[in-house]
Amino acid sequence: MMIPVLLGVTFIVFFIMSLTPGDPAAIILGDQASAESLAQKRIELGLDKPLLVRYASYMGNLFRGDLGLSYRNQLSVAEQVWDKFPNTAILAIAGILVALLIGIPVGILSAKKQYTFMDNSSMVLSLIGVSMPNFWLGLLLSLLFALKLGWLPSQGMGSGFFGLLRSLVLPALTLGTGVAATVVRMTRSSMLEVIRQDYISTARAKGITEKQVTNKHMLKNALIPIVTAVGLQFGHLLGGAMLTETIFSWPGLGRLMVDSITSKDIPMVLGAVIFMAVMFSFVNLLVDILYAFLDPRIKSQYKGKKAAAKKEVFA
Amino acid sequence: MKTADAKKQRTLSAETWRRFKKNKLALSGMIVLLALVLIALSTIVIDLVTDNAIYNNKVIKQNLRLRLQGPSKDHIFGLDEFGRDIFMRMIWAVRYSLFMGTIAIALSTIVGVILGSIAGYYGKVTDNIIMRFMDVLLAIPSMLLATAIVAALGTSLTNVLIAIAISYVPTFARTVRASVLTIKDQEFIEAARAIGASDLRIIFKYILPNSMAPLIVQATLGVAGAILSIAGLSFLGLGIQPPTPEWGSMLSSARSYIREGWHITVIPGLGIMITILALNVMGDGLRDALDPRLKN
Repeated sequence: MMIPVLLGVTFIVFFIMSLTPGDPAAIILGDQASAESLAQKRIELGLDKPLLVRYASYMGNLFRGDLGLSYRNQLSVAEQVWDKFPNTAILAIAGILVALLIGIPVGILSAKKQYTFMDNSSMVLSLIGVSMPNFWLGLLLSLLFALKLGWLPSQGMGSGFFGLLRSLVLPALTLGTGVAATVVRMTRSSMLEVIRQDYISTARAKGITEKQVTNKHMLKNALIPIVTAVGLQFGHLLGGAMLTETIFSWPGLGRLMVDSITSKDIPMVLGAVIFMAVMFSFVNLLVDILYAFLDPRIKSQYKGKKAAAKKEVFA
Repeated sequence: MKTADAKKQRTLSAETWRRFKKNKLALSGMIVLLALVLIALSTIVIDLVTDNAIYNNKVIKQNLRLRLQGPSKDHIFGLDEFGRDIFMRMIWAVRYSLFMGTIAIALSTIVGVILGSIAGYYGKVTDNIIMRFMDVLLAIPSMLLATAIVAALGTSLTNVLIAIAISYVPTFARTVRASVLTIKDQEFIEAARAIGASDLRIIFKYILPNSMAPLIVQATLGVAGAILSIAGLSFLGLGIQPPTPEWGSMLSSARSYIREGWHITVIPGLGIMITILALNVMGDGLRDALDPRLKN
């Protein structure tokens, strides 16, 4: 199922970007270029061929790891994307970590102490977190911690492990807070669904500690909707990375994309969007695989299907 | 038959309203939202009546001598980097965020409803083609899709609207399809078909009114998301362009002056947050009111 979707994704993005007005040959060669050299360049770029043919050759190159050349500096798009990707990955992982480390514990506590002061205030805070534009939060954080207090750097990526860590704090918080708020709400509601089940009383009656009841019996059963939410939020994270990277001058894919848009560098935008969409699909696939680990019932379902299919073949 | 139907409908919405009213948080969200709508409408009326005089003189006119002045008695939110009154700009910005978000979601709701109900009602190949296409759109993160569309088509109000609308279509198509699937096999649909109602009539008259609940909730939360996306695009310089007052673009230009005045960064963001908060709270309240089983 993933391959047709990816083909569709690449085609749609390719189609959208081909709608860009303006002549790519003129963008590359500049205004002074002669008519012949423009025509020459157009044939070189394959612009005289129909859209589908161009798409097919783009895809052919894509499978060889070639995303074409950037208009701006004539360098390989694939190389530049690969170059920036680790920085975005670091930021995204840090953002997810922030979200999980804040979201899950607060969500659990909220569910266990439903309708107390603690629950109410965490619900209000998470509502605010969901409603806050993350680029605004980024500006506020850099205003407070970088400019007023001077504790942390607000621009760029630090070198060395501690430098990196220090420069990562503000962008990761910016990126992770919105997701954390969603995770809190999701954790709370899915914990509340299991919290009054009979097997929880059974577990308590057996005399195991409350900690074990929470971690082993409640959380494990409540984890699936949380994982789903985090997987879906990853898409938001990639979108948010564009904004966060712009605010903190983080040298990642998002900023590369924004810069390329302003300079009308179509192959670069195309390559970056396709790359991020593929990443998103992979994360979703990963989430699907994770389900089987989290819930043995899903695993046995697959096994059941396979067995049934085998039976049909032999029947 | 018809009157009985209408009566039932009324009591259902009355019932929803009764439950919604009890939720004080959701109710206050609605009041804030109504106030914002009122502000937006009155700025439009003022512009029409005064022939943009106030807009030109107070909202976009620069006064560099007073730039970056902090909040004072004359200017309660202070002045921005070009000496414009931030309070006036905030007020005039409401209509862009609110109405553009609403229009974008209205567009995607219409398209989503049409696609979703066709897919759900006819099933089989039609369903497969439409929903696989929706899967593809859904596989591209919405902000990325919107950015790509704006990047290709250029930054204009219409293009931003189209971009946001397209990126929200799959959500609505899925919601509608799901509820069409649960309704289409019920007996009253069969009865409608038996008395000779056309497919179109069945879909619009009998199926859609019964699948409104999830759609309303989705649309309310969708407007919140759309406003955030528009503000985000404007912040990147891909949305509404200055000097038009828009919260996202106000934040974008404030960024360069963050050292010189905190108020120009803090205030526009508060505007966005309050609007989104009101919409989220109201959306949650509507969901609980429309389907009390979901509440915990």
